[in-house]
Amino acid sequence: MASLKALRARITSVKSTRKITQAMKMVAAAKLRRAQMAAEAARPYAERMERMLASLGASVAGSPDAPKLLVGTGADKVHLLVVVTGDRGLAGAFNTNVSRFARTKIRELEAAGKTVKVLSVGRKGATFLKREYGSRIVGEISFQGKKRVDFSDAQAIATRVTEMLEAGEFDVCTLIYNRFRSVISQVPSAQQMIPATLPEGNAAASTGPQALYEYEPSEEEILATLLPQNLAIQMYRAILENQAGFFGSQMTAMDNATRNAGEMINKLTLNYNRTRQANITSELIEIISGAEAV
Amino acid sequence: MATFQLELVSPEKLLLSRAVEMAVLPAAEGEMGVLPGHAPMIVTLRGGVIAVTEGGQITERLFVAGGFAEVTPDRCTVLADEATPVGQLSKAAAEARVREAEAAYAAAANDTPEKRDAVMAKLLAARVAVTVAEAA
Repeated sequence: MASLKALRARITSVKSTRKITQAMKMVAAAKLRRAQMAAEAARPYAERMERMLASLGASVAGSPDAPKLLVGTGADKVHLLVVVTGDRGLAGAFNTNVSRFARTKIRELEAAGKTVKVLSVGRKGATFLKREYGSRIVGEISFQGKKRVDFSDAQAIATRVTEMLEAGEFDVCTLIYNRFRSVISQVPSAQQMIPATLPEGNAAASTGPQALYEYEPSEEEILATLLPQNLAIQMYRAILENQAGFFGSQMTAMDNATRNAGEMINKLTLNYNRTRQANITSELIEIISGAEAV
Repeated sequence: MATFQLELVSPEKLLLSRAVEMAVLPAAEGEMGVLPGHAPMIVTLRGGVIAVTEGGQITERLFVAGGFAEVTPDRCTVLADEATPVGQLSKAAAEARVREAEAAYAAAANDTPEKRDAVMAKLLAARVAVTVAEAA
């Protein structure tokens, strides 16, 4: 049985661990709220962008000189996966889930004979994938040390992807990130970005009143600026959702850790008291039997 | 007077959403006034000022650094890359941006025409920001 001193030391250490996890939980909760607000604030722009893209895309998609961003290169050989993960750990299975999802995707694609390239956004995903697929990683982006990620960061990534497309470095681009379903549930999901998937129901829209838009300047020119912007906004949304999900997951993980620490403390305290009583009892027995012997 | 719904959104937030009488947009091919019942249009915007008219007076002036606008008879949606109320523009910050854009333009001398155009548009937008900040 452990000595009283050792038990006391353990209790203190678990107590301070509980304090830390509790503080982390609170910080995560505060950051989660901010991240959620940022994600919600970005939604109107994305929605309207989608609406415009639907009407524009429908009128241009058929033409042979439609931009590459919309229709792709026509081939399906080289896949670029943009994997968005958190920069930090201590968030339960958050990073592992999305990295595993990416790994499965890479395996599937390679089994189908495609070439895979990975652009990792966030430190944790890069370290996970490097072990097995280090040679496929073409770039790593991390926001570590940044207070908040704004649109220009997402735009920089989008520009990089566009440049890679223009240089013919890939044919299909897919975004892999943790979709934020709720605070306690984040779903790893894949979204194809290039060739762009036009929003549902655009076939109906092209015959509807939307097709009557006038364009200034021409459709092609608008589309040429709209598409990179759309790429950036999708990237931005993924990053924001990733962040909100990360803090949600971290909050849950830290809540669990706090609860576990509490249980541990109870168990240790019980053990400590038992040991203490046993010590007293044995001391008493010694004294009594000593007195009897006299 | 009749009104229409004006919505101004940037990637970071919804800046404005209310019924107004008229809005003047800095479209790529010249200023464009939008009144209720305007023909459906999609236009690109250059750097400039959106002037909002309510009750016969200009009530709000916002600087945008470029973007898109979708106009329908009863609605006008502006997707701005970046939007700031004119009163909040700082001249020093705008001038810093002009210098930055000038440097970027000089650096882009050997790039493709499309890229040079994009950098040029940024430079022009920054210059407009300086003029607007001075006037405010």
